[in-house]
Amino acid sequence: MSCWQTVQDYGLRSIGIGERLLPKTDFTLCQHFTLIGSGLIWNIYFGVLALIIGFFIASAVAVGKNAQNRAIRKASEWFIFVFRGSPLFIQFFFAYFLFLKLKQLGYATFLTSAQAGALIVLILNTAAYSGEIFYGALRAVPRGDVEAADAYGFSGWPRFRRIMWPTMLRLGWPAYTNEAIFLFHATTLVFFSGFPTWKQQGDALYYASYFADKTFNPFVPYPILAFYFIILTLTIVWIFGRINKRLNRHLPEERRKKLRIRPNLIR
Amino acid sequence: MKKLILTTAALALAAGMATAADTVRMGTEGAYPPWNFINDDGKVDGFERELGDELCKRAELTCEWVTNDWDSIIPNLVSGNYDTIIAGMSITDERDEVIDFTQAYTPPDPSSYLANAADVDVTGGVIAAQSATIQAAFIAEQGWTLVEFPTPEETVAAVRNGEADAVLADQAYLAPFAEEDGLFILEREEMIGGGVGLGVRESDGELKAKFDAAIQSMKDDGSLNALITKWEVASTW
Amino acid sequence: MFSFCSDPETLGTVRWFACYLTTGKHMSLYWSVLTVLSLLAITAPAALAFGFFGAMSARSHVLPLRWLGKAYIAVVRGVPDIAFFLFFVIALDQAFEWTRHQILCPDWTDPIRQGNDFIVCDAAKLPLSSAAQWVHEVYGFFLAVLTFAIVFGAFAANVLFGAMRAVPRGQLETAEAYGMTRRQTFWRVLVPQMWLYALPGLSNLWMILIKATPLLFLLGVEDIVYWAREMGASANRRFTDYPHGDWRIWYFLALLVFYLSFTRVSEIVLERINRRLLHGQATVGGGSR
Repeated sequence: MSCWQTVQDYGLRSIGIGERLLPKTDFTLCQHFTLIGSGLIWNIYFGVLALIIGFFIASAVAVGKNAQNRAIRKASEWFIFVFRGSPLFIQFFFAYFLFLKLKQLGYATFLTSAQAGALIVLILNTAAYSGEIFYGALRAVPRGDVEAADAYGFSGWPRFRRIMWPTMLRLGWPAYTNEAIFLFHATTLVFFSGFPTWKQQGDALYYASYFADKTFNPFVPYPILAFYFIILTLTIVWIFGRINKRLNRHLPEERRKKLRIRPNLIR
Repeated sequence: MKKLILTTAALALAAGMATAADTVRMGTEGAYPPWNFINDDGKVDGFERELGDELCKRAELTCEWVTNDWDSIIPNLVSGNYDTIIAGMSITDERDEVIDFTQAYTPPDPSSYLANAADVDVTGGVIAAQSATIQAAFIAEQGWTLVEFPTPEETVAAVRNGEADAVLADQAYLAPFAEEDGLFILEREEMIGGGVGLGVRESDGELKAKFDAAIQSMKDDGSLNALITKWEVASTW
Repeated sequence: MFSFCSDPETLGTVRWFACYLTTGKHMSLYWSVLTVLSLLAITAPAALAFGFFGAMSARSHVLPLRWLGKAYIAVVRGVPDIAFFLFFVIALDQAFEWTRHQILCPDWTDPIRQGNDFIVCDAAKLPLSSAAQWVHEVYGFFLAVLTFAIVFGAFAANVLFGAMRAVPRGQLETAEAYGMTRRQTFWRVLVPQMWLYALPGLSNLWMILIKATPLLFLLGVEDIVYWAREMGASANRRFTDYPHGDWRIWYFLALLVFYLSFTRVSEIVLERINRRLLHGQATVGGGSR
């Protein structure tokens, strides 16, 4: 069987298109690459959606933690503390348990599938981590900027939207890039702990361990998985670098440089 | 021909070296009652514990027990971290290509379904199984909806809370649940997998021979059947 | 444990739990807490050492060394830790045994790889097959520490690399102006100052390290999550004196409390250290914040 044929059969296997049965004997490198790559679709799905939705929640949480109102501040602090303070592994377990209970009561039955349930956990998780990053950045917004905005008559929402939020993003961006990388790595835990795999439609790690289990040789599939993730990470770094440039485009050249050498706060 | 003899000689030498060591390390999973599990004292217990100790006594070997995660149990054997796998492992062609098996110590037994009601029709239903087991492969092949969980415990939980119609697994593992939780073993059975044997490295011919002889002697004097009956793991020889 | 534990079925709730929570199996759980804590205590400095050498070589003037350092940081950071854990321990173990084999058994003529088998001479085995069980366990623990240190060392290297570059250039130029050699500048000026810039990143890394410990069971170390899963699973009266249903939720709840309090305590301690380091520094954090 040619490699192209394998790609046609298994390229979209993880979303249920193509050959129903996974290969069982005579595993080729091509099959390894195709199926693990096919599983990567889910890692990207989880990562991209969680990142986008989580971004907005994170902004809200950061503002909440900075709020004057004690109730809002405490709620934001607790949200961040619980999701940052416990392993994702355990969060997945509790979420699955909770969604099962909801299903038995007849509510939101779709949540027990990884595609919906695990996505919610990942969104909340990244919202907490990014929220903390943005909170730190928000506190670092230069007082002068805010005072200048006041002087120009900005207040309330426009002041936040036009002045504080962009500066917050700019300052928090290097750390946020790291969070994005971690988030994509964390997506490998979805099917590994907690959520079940339906119809053998899993993520990259699921197929990698499928091959490791069939060939009894961990030295081929896991390095392939690593290879894919290095490419994914480089892509993220590139995209975030472009955005970073855009966020900093108004700054004079030497100040831009200075920004880049800020120590990276990871997570 | 000459080459063949040379390899055999090399094998014999390697085997001699391997058994020159004074202890044989027995690798098991420790999470699959009644085959092997961790008892209240935190020690490996179960059918295979008793069997393994008896086999070692008969083969005059000193044995030590180690537990290892199921997923990496074969890679760790070929890498030399322990010398045998004794973990309810069915003898299959795929596994036999990578490691060697002693003769089976339990006969091939069918796998059973455990469901919420006695009259569940499994054909085309949602069936749970532990990932990377022969049962999971079987359901996928039938074209039924397969739900995979990392541990056997979760597969049974999935049936209990209605995520799956039934779970397919070894009968000996499922039977205790049927007794207690109001779950039912279905009449339908699937004949998959061979008997269960000890896994050894392909280069460890001498150790394999020793265990083969010990198993044979236990078969002959009926003590193996007695053990099987005691732990209710399989049908007898 | 207690004298009244001989027949658990007759006990009342309180005594039943007193017995249940002190079985040998639960003792293993409590031991595993210590295992995890000591692993963290050993891994943290080890990872820091890896990170330090990684960062040093990444900013080295020797080209191959610089490439090596940068590749180490980029590759390890680019891969999910779980992918490493799934094959790294076996790879490390084989690498050690292979090296020992080359040194200790030069006369050995058989191939090390025979088909699927990895066979080294007896003297090269790690640990020796005659070694006691605890030696095997310590060796497994050591491999886990090494794997963690390699993985988290790359993250630490990234943080330290950034911190070294964040030390103001003026400081280094002044040192050079005073006639210090490159080596002296590095050890006497750069290294003492970089910690201030590295601390936030390193604190975060410590938190991530704590939360990576549930993956320890992949490395063959029986950690708390392994035992919580094992004991939370429903126990049938045929196999235990303490039968119960699916109690995983309670065990995981205990784990959640353990991790939350552990990270909370760490946060407070790290905050204190940070404040002490910032004391007297003319940076943003030292001022109005």
